[in-house]
Amino acid sequence: MTTPPMVSLTIEGRPVAVPAGTSILEAAKQVGVLIPHYCYHPALPVAGVCRMCLVEVEKAPKLAPACATAVAEGQVVHVHTDATHKAREGVLEFLLINHPLDCPICDQAGECELQDYTFQEGRATSRYEEPKRFNPMEDFGGDVLYVPNRCILCTRCVRFMDDVAQDPVLNVSERGDRALIGKAPDHDLTHPWAANVVDLCPVGALLSKDFLNKARAWELDRTASVCPNCSQGCNTIVETRDNVVVRLRPRANEAVNQHFLCDAGRADYRWMNRTDRIVHPLIKVGAEHREAGWEVAMATLASAVRTRPVHVVASAHSSNETLFLLRALIAIAGGRGVFTVRSEGVEEPLPGVPDLARRTERAPNARGAELLGFTRTADPLREVQDGDVVLVVDDALEGIDLAPLARADAVVFAGTVIAPALAQRAVIAIPLTNVVEEEGTFTNLRGRVQRYLQAKTPPALARPGWFVFAELLRRLGAPTPGFVPADIFQALAAQVPPFEGLSYDQLGLQGALVRAEVGV
Amino acid sequence: MGYPHRPHPRETPVLSAHFGDPDARSLTGWRTRGGYVALERALGQTPGAIVDEVKASGLRGRGGAGFPTGIKWSFMRPGDGKPHYLCCNADESEPGTFKDREIMRWTPHALVEGVAIGAYAIGATTAYIYIRGEFTEPLQRVETAVREAYAAGILGADAMGSGHRIDVHVHRGAGAYICGEETALMNSIEGKRGNPRIKPPFPAVAGLFGQPTTINNVESLAAVPHILTRGAAWYQSLQLSNPKSVGTKLFSVCGNVARPGNYEMVLGFPFGEFLEDVVGGAPTGRKIKAVIPGGSSVPMLTRDEAMGAVMDYEGMIAAGTMLGSGGVIVFDDSQSIPRMVARLARFYAHESCAQCSQCREGTAWTTRILERICAGEGTYADLDTLLDIADNMTGKTICVLSDSCAAPVVSGLQKFRHEFEALIPKKQNTVAVAAD
Amino acid sequence: MTHETTADAGPVFIGTIREELEAICARYPSRQAALLPGLWIIQRERGWVSPAAMEEIAGLLGCSAAHVKGVVTFYTMYHQHPVGRHFIQVCTTSPCGACGADDVVRTLLEKTGCGELGVTSADGRFTVIEVECLGACGFATPIMINDEFHESVTPARVPTILAQLK
Repeated sequence: MTTPPMVSLTIEGRPVAVPAGTSILEAAKQVGVLIPHYCYHPALPVAGVCRMCLVEVEKAPKLAPACATAVAEGQVVHVHTDATHKAREGVLEFLLINHPLDCPICDQAGECELQDYTFQEGRATSRYEEPKRFNPMEDFGGDVLYVPNRCILCTRCVRFMDDVAQDPVLNVSERGDRALIGKAPDHDLTHPWAANVVDLCPVGALLSKDFLNKARAWELDRTASVCPNCSQGCNTIVETRDNVVVRLRPRANEAVNQHFLCDAGRADYRWMNRTDRIVHPLIKVGAEHREAGWEVAMATLASAVRTRPVHVVASAHSSNETLFLLRALIAIAGGRGVFTVRSEGVEEPLPGVPDLARRTERAPNARGAELLGFTRTADPLREVQDGDVVLVVDDALEGIDLAPLARADAVVFAGTVIAPALAQRAVIAIPLTNVVEEEGTFTNLRGRVQRYLQAKTPPALARPGWFVFAELLRRLGAPTPGFVPADIFQALAAQVPPFEGLSYDQLGLQGALVRAEVGV
Repeated sequence: MGYPHRPHPRETPVLSAHFGDPDARSLTGWRTRGGYVALERALGQTPGAIVDEVKASGLRGRGGAGFPTGIKWSFMRPGDGKPHYLCCNADESEPGTFKDREIMRWTPHALVEGVAIGAYAIGATTAYIYIRGEFTEPLQRVETAVREAYAAGILGADAMGSGHRIDVHVHRGAGAYICGEETALMNSIEGKRGNPRIKPPFPAVAGLFGQPTTINNVESLAAVPHILTRGAAWYQSLQLSNPKSVGTKLFSVCGNVARPGNYEMVLGFPFGEFLEDVVGGAPTGRKIKAVIPGGSSVPMLTRDEAMGAVMDYEGMIAAGTMLGSGGVIVFDDSQSIPRMVARLARFYAHESCAQCSQCREGTAWTTRILERICAGEGTYADLDTLLDIADNMTGKTICVLSDSCAAPVVSGLQKFRHEFEALIPKKQNTVAVAAD
Repeated sequence: MTHETTADAGPVFIGTIREELEAICARYPSRQAALLPGLWIIQRERGWVSPAAMEEIAGLLGCSAAHVKGVVTFYTMYHQHPVGRHFIQVCTTSPCGACGADDVVRTLLEKTGCGELGVTSADGRFTVIEVECLGACGFATPIMINDEFHESVTPARVPTILAQLK
């Protein structure tokens, strides 16, 4: 494959060199010039219909649409001139004449590109005195509502369904200012990736039913994270208000999920807020469990484990850091580590993006668990030996026969939700944080190690797994890398060959691949 | 021919020589009138030679753009290994224009022959004639002519025994003016909404089905057989004003005139004489007030401006308008310019494909303001707003429908502002007077 | 052209009509190009294009039902609901507007009993609509009744024209 030649041009006085065939709009991004636009999106075929991105190109007779015009050698492009400002002001005015004054009740307010550009470059008052066009709201199926009155006909949604989802259920219907997005009867937005149209919509025309009227964009805190629902590892943004997760959205990562998140992953956030979980350490006293404080809990845990061999049932939902420390525990105490992974359904790809699908493996860190030496099994308790301490971490052992636990000297649980049958047998239950209450890393199915950050504070005494096991190792007199996840990861990278060379700095927020050479 | 009238002595009937003669429609009738001699001869020449002849003739696209036809044909690279297509644009929907309709009704074989020659010249084995859905009679006539041509071996795998394949298919539109735009026409043939495409790529590079394509107007293609039989020099000799505007053009005349109809004039004819003498001026007792010379998308002229203009491409530009499709719309002093402009704006608003923000919203907004003015509820500020909207609609869109809507608005306001102002209520008090 | 007002009965493209569609497909390198001609066949056979018919042709040509609907709603000549037996279209764009087209519309609405544009008369015989330029500007006012052109229509000629329609 031959590389295209480079083209040099000037945009807003800044010189830039890009491969031939690049659009002026993309070239401008590379020198920090944002050309306002609506219909253009890097993941979609170019439409060139909104006309917001018109720029002045010296020696050209008309303004050129930057998204649809390829760079040319020696071009001189101006983004901010009287002519382009008037053109953009004109487009904004045209888009607003039929647009309802819905901001006070529109979900998009605060994250609306029509608001943003109008505030930046639009007219301060309206000259429109005619009746506004009206069409009723429609349910497009799935999670999506369509509000035609707010639609600016950018057609991003149509192009997404046609080219990326490859399920062409949306169209533009009618003509002229009667046009609106339509669909055929009985063909709804049921595609497993359809809800991405809500993100793509620059205005409040396509809305999530789940998020309808729930929170205002400016009330939300946003944190970078990774979806824990399957092994794809789509990058996400966790949005919380007052420490409650109210929405998940995709975070761009060209190597993993481009700009997209599947509907199932998007919808599955309520469990992150659930309160029916253990939040205090519970120690078995006689037949019942009693809440205990941290000191007592850790001392009890340490004495239960001591240096007896451990049978660790780890979880593919645990972070690399937690798994690393459990591996260290197994190294000093003897024993083994296993994990199960639930596999279900069929793979649901997003055909327009290479290697992107909702995977059947419904956990984020199975690859990490394997790389860190844990054995995948469907029967996690089979190898429990007499005298083992069984340490179950973040696994409810649903559907597993618990009889082998009778061989164990002690059963310890650490996690969020514990099933009653298991709770009965556990001498101690330590509350752990869930994925949005801690920071850590996961390794996706392709070996990409990705950081996730803490989005909300954990309840009561719930702590990250790596924190608990670092403390345990310290009490057992074993060397530990400390209590800072970056340091724990540093130690992991130093000791586990596939992770060699990686660090939190190096991972950034787009992740990096484990070393392929080490045959795993 | 001033069809449905007898030809005026000052006309030069070439394409219209057989308008009104039902016998010219059939294959045999056409052959006795010299038909298919040009095609036979052309099939014995190289495509390059035909392109050169058409270039030398100076024929310019008669649909409205006036782009030299020979040069357009020369953009089709021979021997590139790709299927080439010729599309004949018979979508004639520009208000004021009804010439292609007559060519197809009366001399369908002239079009078939022109299409066949054009296809051969650009290396295409397949041509599509895109006829607007409403043209039921032209559709029938052209389909019959195509059938006759196939039956006679003029079209098909071995056109006129030349060894070359020429296939011609008629494709019926379904009610969209915008499909007369060449890239929208291609999308319509492909079974899509008639949305114009962004250029580049240009049709000659990637057009119909992504392949090199040329789109020509009916009148342009109908002129080709005459050029080939009578020679480029003959066509060049048909000029009256400017050597860049040669040949004859069918001018469709409508509105308030004594003799509406199609008139075939040599380019460069004086417009004033045309209006007064050839078409008979305004109806008895009336006076011409305004003329749109080239279909509704070109700026309108006042009577005086029209009287002094010349009927060719350069002449109309010099007069501040364009030759366009040659659809001459005449308004006499009984017409309200604001009402006419409002109705034209409504036309564009109906026909906008809805892609570009300026056109989709601007055509409708313009129409609403104009209708409100016509209803006596306008303001002076509305007039300025109309001009500003027109400016925002010009030069900023994928195709020129947006600019076309602006043309009658701007020219109407520039030249007949007093008529708009007369509709604006003088009393614009906003203070209510309390009863005593 | 028929204008059935009863619900369409079953698929359109069977037997010879299916053959007709396939012959049309052969004219183009892509089956989707047969969509406009195919929709004309549907309208010829059933009088209008129903959602079921759109679904049917979508399947036959390999495009989505949404795409077909986008096409049908773009082009004004495809009826999305049954219309009167005599579908009357009057051009009122400015060149004809300047020649009395509005009077022709008014007379037609009155004489057909429709009263309003787009409304089918009570006896099911007529629907009258305004359309944009019909490309017959020199023969103002042109009207189309189904597939037939009537040129140079004036209010005075309307009764005679209507009398010839069943």
